[in-house]
Amino acid sequence: MTDVTDVTRADEVLRVEGLTVSIGPHEILRGVDLALAPGRVHGLAGESGSGKTMTGLATLGLLPHGARTGGRVVFGGRDLLALPQRQLNAVRGREIAMVFQDPATSLHPMLTIGRQLTEHMRHHLKLGRAEARARAVELLGQVRIPGPAAAVDRYPHQFSGGMRQRVAIAVALACGPKVLIADEPTTALDVTVQAGVLRLLRGLCDDLGLAVLLVTHDLGVMSAVADDVSVMKDGLVVETGPRGRVLREPDHPYTRALLDALPREKP
Amino acid sequence: MTLLTVDDLVVDHRTPGRPAVRAVAGASLSVAAGEVVGLVGESGCGKSTLARAVCGLVPAGGGTIAFEGGRVTRLGLRRRDRALTKIQMVFQDPYASLNPRRRVGAQIADGLEVAGDRETTPGGMLERVGLPGRMAGRYPHEFSGGQRQRIAIARALAARPSLLIGDEPISALDASAQAQVATLMRDLAVESGAGLLFISHDLSVVRLIADRIAVMYLGKIVETGPTAEVWANPRHPYTQALLRAVPEADGLGRLPQELAGDVPDPADPPPGCRFHPRCPAAMDVCAEREPAPGPVSCWLYPPA
Repeated sequence: MTDVTDVTRADEVLRVEGLTVSIGPHEILRGVDLALAPGRVHGLAGESGSGKTMTGLATLGLLPHGARTGGRVVFGGRDLLALPQRQLNAVRGREIAMVFQDPATSLHPMLTIGRQLTEHMRHHLKLGRAEARARAVELLGQVRIPGPAAAVDRYPHQFSGGMRQRVAIAVALACGPKVLIADEPTTALDVTVQAGVLRLLRGLCDDLGLAVLLVTHDLGVMSAVADDVSVMKDGLVVETGPRGRVLREPDHPYTRALLDALPREKP
Repeated sequence: MTLLTVDDLVVDHRTPGRPAVRAVAGASLSVAAGEVVGLVGESGCGKSTLARAVCGLVPAGGGTIAFEGGRVTRLGLRRRDRALTKIQMVFQDPYASLNPRRRVGAQIADGLEVAGDRETTPGGMLERVGLPGRMAGRYPHEFSGGQRQRIAIARALAARPSLLIGDEPISALDASAQAQVATLMRDLAVESGAGLLFISHDLSVVRLIADRIAVMYLGKIVETGPTAEVWANPRHPYTQALLRAVPEADGLGRLPQELAGDVPDPADPPPGCRFHPRCPAAMDVCAEREPAPGPVSCWLYPPA
């Protein structure tokens, strides 16, 4: 294991340095730099195909077959890209968790949500059956699922889209991760439901001191919850900075173009 | 002049062995020539079903749909009534709505033929939607999502419709292409003097292009009015909640307001006003009797 503690600053939990990913002859990411801090939401914006989802996946080593990576993902003094599979498995789901876009496909349709909430807790945290179940009920309460004690025995199809995404967030939080990667977590939801999920994410980030990487193409969502914003284009981060500055006084012409493409009131 | 009048429309979805789901439960709506009407609402509120009923894709269970003075009948296997080819639709997913095995030019030519237009070429139609005319010889898979939706729009416009319907035409597109495609639809429809019924759950886009807005909740239209007026002063509590939930890209970090609860099951709608279980302003009367349809269908605003 390479010791890279020296480059991780005190206020960072995860740092992506010069990350490159290529599949065959195509360069998907061409040197991405990002830093995540506890209790802060880092938004990653860009059009589809800009590499924002790939950045999230690469952080967890969830890349398609034949993908070659370069650069470093520094987490807890280790470079995740250089970590052997076994040790990476101990990090995934436990210290870094992920929430996907579509809760209808990211949850297993034939297992109760209780089963999906306890499986990794029993594996990673070595909890007993009863203990894990009690924690699952507590988690469901934390993500504000009504009647958590009864909900734990239900199946995903018995929940609405917004509730399913809350369950997916509970699954991600089960092992007490330090970093949460949320890939378009509200894109499949209606605005009214989206508002609830965004409030939940922001609250969890503040209460648990989570470092959140929020991947979204929606600059409105970005403006509502992110503290820092990075804008990606063609596999590169073109602009990064505090939310207020990037969205109000963008430096990069591409960020400005994205903002101008939003429907606004005609002058 | 009113082009399309939907009056007290009812559409049921029937599945064997299950109770019928009333997707549209007495909705009334009108679209005038050259007017853009935005129909908004949460998923499952019946807005797409209403659009499909307007062009005859699903049968109406009650109420009437009148188009240019005639009644809209169900689309069957036989050749469509000439008058009804003046209603054209742009579907949600351009990956599914274009035939993958035919050149896009040929698909656009179908529309031109229906309209009896021998002068316009498919290439000319492509140019109107902002694509190079020489691309008419290509197949749909050679285009991106935004380009395909432009082709679908060109195909719909080729038939010279007097009513264009867009059923969530932008929700499958990239954020940066959404506003462009929506504005394009509006401009082309208004230019040709056609009416446009634009269905979307994206309120910010509807605000940009619609002259009038209709808000739908669980099969009923709860509020209609000029877009600017509804936006500045939403009257129905549901419209208010919907507008409060839209996050703005203003960089201020304000969290949008949440609307508690879920959309009830349309197979078993609540009694009285359909919004009352989630309504912050619900009164006793709301649970008992349904408010009368009108510009604002709510007991807070009794008809004068």
